[in-house]
Amino acid sequence: MSWIVHNLWLVAALPFAAGGVISVMKQRQRTLAAGLAVGSMALSFVLALMAFVQVLTSHGEATRQFSNFAWFQFGAEWVRLGWLLDPLTAVMLVMVTFVGLLIFIYSIGYMAEDENFKRFFCFLALFAGAMLGVLIANNLLLLFMCWEIVGLTSYLLIGFWYEKPSAAAAAKKAFIVTRIGDLGLFLGMAWLYAQTGTLLFYDAGRGCLEANALTTLAMHTTVFGLTLSSAIGILIFCGSAGKSGQVPLHVWLPDAMEGPTPVSALIHAATMVAAGVFLLARVYPLLSAGVTHGMTTTVALQVVTWVGAITALFGALVAVAQWDIKRILAYSTMSQLGYMMIGLGTGGVSVGMFHLITHAFFKALLFLGAGSVIHGCHGEQDIRFMGGLRKAMPVTFAAYSCGMLALCGVPLFSGFWSKDEILHSAFVWNLSRGPFYIGAIGALLTAFYMTRQMIYVYAGTTRLAAESTHGEHGHSGAHESPKVMTVPLLILAVPAVVLGFFGTPVWPWFQSFLEGDTANVSFGALGGAFPLMIVSSLIVFVGLGLGWLLYGRKLIVDVGALDRIESAQPGLFHLLSGAFYINELYAATVVRFTLVAASVSAWLDRWIFGGVVRAISTIFVLFAKVDSFADTHVVNRGFDAGCGSVSYGGSFLSKLQAGKVQRYLKFVGVALFVAVALLFWGGKA
Amino acid sequence: MTPLNLFLLLSALLFSIGLAGALTRRNAILVLIGIELMLNAANINLIAFWRFGPNPEALTGVMFAIFSISVAAAEAAVGLAIILAVYRHNKTTNLNQIDTLKG
Repeated sequence: MSWIVHNLWLVAALPFAAGGVISVMKQRQRTLAAGLAVGSMALSFVLALMAFVQVLTSHGEATRQFSNFAWFQFGAEWVRLGWLLDPLTAVMLVMVTFVGLLIFIYSIGYMAEDENFKRFFCFLALFAGAMLGVLIANNLLLLFMCWEIVGLTSYLLIGFWYEKPSAAAAAKKAFIVTRIGDLGLFLGMAWLYAQTGTLLFYDAGRGCLEANALTTLAMHTTVFGLTLSSAIGILIFCGSAGKSGQVPLHVWLPDAMEGPTPVSALIHAATMVAAGVFLLARVYPLLSAGVTHGMTTTVALQVVTWVGAITALFGALVAVAQWDIKRILAYSTMSQLGYMMIGLGTGGVSVGMFHLITHAFFKALLFLGAGSVIHGCHGEQDIRFMGGLRKAMPVTFAAYSCGMLALCGVPLFSGFWSKDEILHSAFVWNLSRGPFYIGAIGALLTAFYMTRQMIYVYAGTTRLAAESTHGEHGHSGAHESPKVMTVPLLILAVPAVVLGFFGTPVWPWFQSFLEGDTANVSFGALGGAFPLMIVSSLIVFVGLGLGWLLYGRKLIVDVGALDRIESAQPGLFHLLSGAFYINELYAATVVRFTLVAASVSAWLDRWIFGGVVRAISTIFVLFAKVDSFADTHVVNRGFDAGCGSVSYGGSFLSKLQAGKVQRYLKFVGVALFVAVALLFWGGKA
Repeated sequence: MTPLNLFLLLSALLFSIGLAGALTRRNAILVLIGIELMLNAANINLIAFWRFGPNPEALTGVMFAIFSISVAAAEAAVGLAIILAVYRHNKTTNLNQIDTLKG
């Protein structure tokens, strides 16, 4: 086993250590804080590359290596942890460290004027450490611990500007909603442990994702005729759904945009939300356990697929009617995560993961671009107040366009290949064509809402100067962002464009790599996928054209103008911009129920349990009073009398012991005299 | 021959003088001298009772007296040494001022 496998923990430990050191530094040591965070991330990136090369150069069984160790004893059993290096881990490590590094650098520019600069980098480094921990874990427990730290740092970073009530509320919401999902994950984990007796993924034949355990799990059935593996898989999927913002646990993701934009890019677009998909890819053997010849899929995978499909459509629909530049991207992220779920459910790990990787790059690019736009517009986030930024911010515009085209799935851009693969696997899914149709509609909508956003933000003339309330220092109009922000954008634009070529049907290198094969160039494969590619390209162009038709033909000039859809279909537009009123629905049902239950509990606590406690305590106080009376008036008095006489006796006797030698002698003399007298006269008597 | 009574009278007188000296003097050395006097009174008694006893041939009384004198000598040496040590410590031999052992 090579050095890197043994020391894989360093990848996660370095950012953790940096975060720890930064946390004890002084507020004004800004350069040092940023340097530490960026430096640790750069080192992790180098280590991740080493791990990647290690996997790349090994073959067959050797592509999956792990290093386990005993943690502590629990009854008769040892709890063992470990880390794992396989193609999945390697790819994710490189992606997370690379994107993370760029976003760290970008943050230096974006947060330059924030007084809590140091705290920001502390949280970022902590997040990166935890996220990398999720990736390398070879134990569901270790993964879960890192998973929760990721959730915590997400909470801290969403609420970074906690003076803003909306940010504090969003942070709380994100934390609570994801915890609901994590409850499922936790139950699944406990169940898995109860059934297999181990939480190690791979342990030379004894791990819970290896053939022995999986066969047992797949054979036993439990409630509703589910196999054990499917039931546990669905519970684990609950955790994924919470983290990845799948319906119905999606409500926190749009609100999470209250955090600083680099956070949205790193956590709520590229890495953390993808952790849910990654988790499913990790436990994919469990999800797909028991696939027999007659059945090509399992219940768990069907659940994943359908939830993903609903989310993909939902996110795309809602994104059409948003005004906030980041919220559009947030709903878009939701929708793309749904695609990944469809890919995972219908096509397996490689399909879902390929979209995850390409999406991470182009969505990080889009968010950083949006951050650059917001920075350039002095904090304005409403796209109605933007416009004309193409001339003001040319670099941002160029990079953003790459991201936008990749997201829409314009042919040859990276998103095209990965999304197309998902659509293809959904198309050949033998249970239903539903996910395919939903995905196709989603692709159309994606192209449409991105066109709308691009036109609103970049085309025409600026609407900023007149209406913006955020203008400071007499600035008018937008300006381009500093180099420290634009360079990461340009670097990210490259993979957003070309990354797709690593996973085309002609040369499916990425997919083969994940499965441990070597890729071959075969133009024959193109033939099978080609018709679908044409169709999906057509869909994309229809979407783009529709967007241009509605928004581009006649540019928006007036800030207060209604959206084109709003003027045509006001009811529909409000339904969409209100995100189908899911939040309101939750507020009216779940939240209200919780509040009522809480107040009932409070009443019970105050009057019933509290009353009992108070009654009992009153009785005891009474007893104590009686006791104290007896103590002061009976016991103490007796003791006082005893003590008094003893001390009186002591003082009397101490007078005899005066230290005068001759007085003692006198006593002796008197005693002698008395003795003699007694002898003398007493003897005669 | 002088009767036994006179010896006893002499020893009683000597004992009383010694006791009076030991009780009245404030100087530790003089107190010690008084104690020596009392010891010698006892020695006279021992010799007298031996001489006038039923068996004057055996030298029992003299033996007792010699023992007593040597013990008294040793005791005087120790006593004087203690007085010297006390004097060095307290710069006085006045027994009224040496009362650190009082209760």
